[in-house]
Amino acid sequence: MNCQRIEQDLVAYLDGRADPARRRQVDEHLLACPACRERALEFRALWSVLDEVPAISPSPAFDAAVRQRVAAEPRRASRWAWLVPSPRLGFALTAVLVLAVWLSSVRAPRQPPVAAAPQSSETEFAMIRELPVLEDYDVLQGFDALSELPVQQAVPQPHAQRQP
Amino acid sequence: MARSDVQLMLDVKAGDDSSFELLLRKYRGPLVNFLYRMVGDTGTAEDLAQEVFLRVYRARKQYAPSAKFTTWMFRIATNVALNSRRDGRHRQLEVSLDHSPEHAEKDDPPAMEVPDRRPGIEQELIVRDRAALIRRAVEALPEKQRAAVLLHKYQEMDYDEIAAALECSESALKSLLFRAYETLRIELAPLVGHVAGSPKRTEEVRSS
Repeated sequence: MNCQRIEQDLVAYLDGRADPARRRQVDEHLLACPACRERALEFRALWSVLDEVPAISPSPAFDAAVRQRVAAEPRRASRWAWLVPSPRLGFALTAVLVLAVWLSSVRAPRQPPVAAAPQSSETEFAMIRELPVLEDYDVLQGFDALSELPVQQAVPQPHAQRQP
Repeated sequence: MARSDVQLMLDVKAGDDSSFELLLRKYRGPLVNFLYRMVGDTGTAEDLAQEVFLRVYRARKQYAPSAKFTTWMFRIATNVALNSRRDGRHRQLEVSLDHSPEHAEKDDPPAMEVPDRRPGIEQELIVRDRAALIRRAVEALPEKQRAAVLLHKYQEMDYDEIAAALECSESALKSLLFRAYETLRIELAPLVGHVAGSPKRTEEVRSS
């Protein structure tokens, strides 16, 4: 340990909160370095000097002032404060909710049940095909619609003819 | 067995205002003293301490006992003190360096210390002059160093707690404390040298 490193450890060494390994290192350095030894002694002396500053007491009116300010807090509003940390966030959440409801109500009637089929990718198709049981009618209906897609594309057939 | 601070705060969260009263009684002294040493004025310190208690109360519903109560409270207190200094809501401390009156405001609430306005102040107890000198040296430290010293020396908080309250790493805190005490050691050299038990070879070593 050198004089620079002791800066990190001297205070903890002096207040007795350094771990034993660091303590030993500081001990060794202090034995070898008169300047740091002097600083350590003066730090200790400084701490008792700092104790000379008397503590002050809060004025008698302090508690009453705190109670008054606490009593002035809006209690009913704060009952729900944990739900919505800030009015802005509350407004944003409400707006998102309203927008979501509106979008679903506007889009739902225009959308025929099959409309989703053209958007389905091959992976979605594969997923549906891999379903072990297609008991649900809606799913079955969707499956039928999807199964029409490869017929439209009709790509694999030419390959199959050229191969032999 | 007395309830822990965390338990008291959880009770406040659950709607028990009498637990808040217990926290108020327990921490009004430490808080007012911490803030007094941060801002250097009793009136401002009490005002800010009220603000801290109010913020603690307001935050009760969001309170989660992830840290010690004191860590959380002193983090609020430090922020309140730093913001107050930035707002310039209290008088400049630097002005008072050459003046002995500590509490110039007439409306200052009575504290344990008596205002230095009586005649014959120069003949007052040396102890009081020493205390004023020490207080000014602490007040002259950079804000974060000052807060670190107050929490370490006067509140006797652990390093991890102080680091959390000041929102810095423990190693940064240790450097902060070292620099603060080093500054104070130099600023208060005449007092440090005269403390009972201080080594006689102080002067010879310092000159080297």
